[in-house]
Amino acid sequence: MNDIHHLTGAYALDAVDDLERARFEQHLAECEDCRAEVASLREAAVLLAETSAVAPPPSLRDSVLSGISQVRPLPPVVERTRVVHRRWFPLLVAAAVVAILGVGAAIWQPWSPSEDSSLTAAERVLTAPDAQSVAIDLGEAGRATVTRSESVGKAVITTEDMAPAPTGKVFELWLQDDQGAMIPAGLMPPGEDNQVVLKGDAAAATAVGITVEPEGGSSEPTSDPIALFDFSQAA
Amino acid sequence: MDHIRAVPDGTPSPGVPSGASPSETSAAELAELLQRSSRGDEQAFARLYDATSSRAYGLALRVVRNPAHAEEVAQEAYLDAWRSSSRFDPARGSALGWLLTIVHRKAVDRVRSAEAASQRDATYHRETQPVEHDETAENAHASLEAQRVRGAVSTLTDVQREAVELAFFGGYTHTEVATLLDVPVGTAKTRIRDGLIRLRDAMGVGS
Repeated sequence: MNDIHHLTGAYALDAVDDLERARFEQHLAECEDCRAEVASLREAAVLLAETSAVAPPPSLRDSVLSGISQVRPLPPVVERTRVVHRRWFPLLVAAAVVAILGVGAAIWQPWSPSEDSSLTAAERVLTAPDAQSVAIDLGEAGRATVTRSESVGKAVITTEDMAPAPTGKVFELWLQDDQGAMIPAGLMPPGEDNQVVLKGDAAAATAVGITVEPEGGSSEPTSDPIALFDFSQAA
Repeated sequence: MDHIRAVPDGTPSPGVPSGASPSETSAAELAELLQRSSRGDEQAFARLYDATSSRAYGLALRVVRNPAHAEEVAQEAYLDAWRSSSRFDPARGSALGWLLTIVHRKAVDRVRSAEAASQRDATYHRETQPVEHDETAENAHASLEAQRVRGAVSTLTDVQREAVELAFFGGYTHTEVATLLDVPVGTAKTRIRDGLIRLRDAMGVGS
């Protein structure tokens, strides 16, 4: 009944929120029946616009035509090989790195307790003794884990099988302070398996949020977080 | 239904030729104009604009309601269409459908963005904008086509039509539609899909 295939109609009418859109687009990539259905329902939906035609003010024509003269059309999409889906590989690498670094850190620790420059910021957070993690399962949109170390003062987000942001949008990261304010902490780079150190001082943050924002990001969230990692629930 | 503005009166005005106008632009021509646009042909794009602007602007206006916002939305959509014209694939759908999909998405983004959320309420009771009757070829054609579409819409059940219009013209998500209609989410989703399938089959498009 609540089959994801039935979202074709709502999707064709843009009657989905950003997270549903991201999930459904991931489904569309793999479901040819849904792609065909969406295409045909879109054709039907836009016919509704026939019933609401209104002559635009002449100024619109002028601004459109002067606007296009300053913009080069994008090049066509050239067919490229689809990136092979390697779900476990990055995880294994990450696990190996953590394992090696864990041993390494134990050996080096007596000489350089916290200033080991051979570790990246992400590794310092992940291997810190006070690291706390909150994992959120986003269902079809993937999984994400935020790890924060108060002593390092940084937070790291690790994603796995993360659905891409909707077309023209980006995932933006935020550090929430104890007043509930959201401080921009950078954008998620594209890619389903990522590890990103959040910008800014995470030591005092109470939570980390992800929102969907217009390309380039926003200085404050324009939508509710699709995920909020609350450190009071950290393991 | 207060959420939906009354459908503008599309009765053809006297003097509008009843047949298809000679300057009416066919689907194949629109596709051709869009493909020429992708090669930087501004005149082709101007013709595309002239053949589609009433539908594009009218759709934006219907969704965002405020004429100044509708103009901005339509402008952004046309610039986007120009910029991404090479991404249009005639094998996957019509040029008009492709263009209006961009317009609709921009309009919906506009009404949903946080700042516009309050605007939607503020402009909710604004004076109904007098719809200027446009006697261009596009509108002569559009009003005939509009009658055909209204005929197809009348084949939907009332609950299907209501759900489709709230989603398409109201810019509401299917979850919001469910809440507005006080039905389970699955029901709203199904009404929207079944309504569109019926509309598609009645119009004989895209299948």
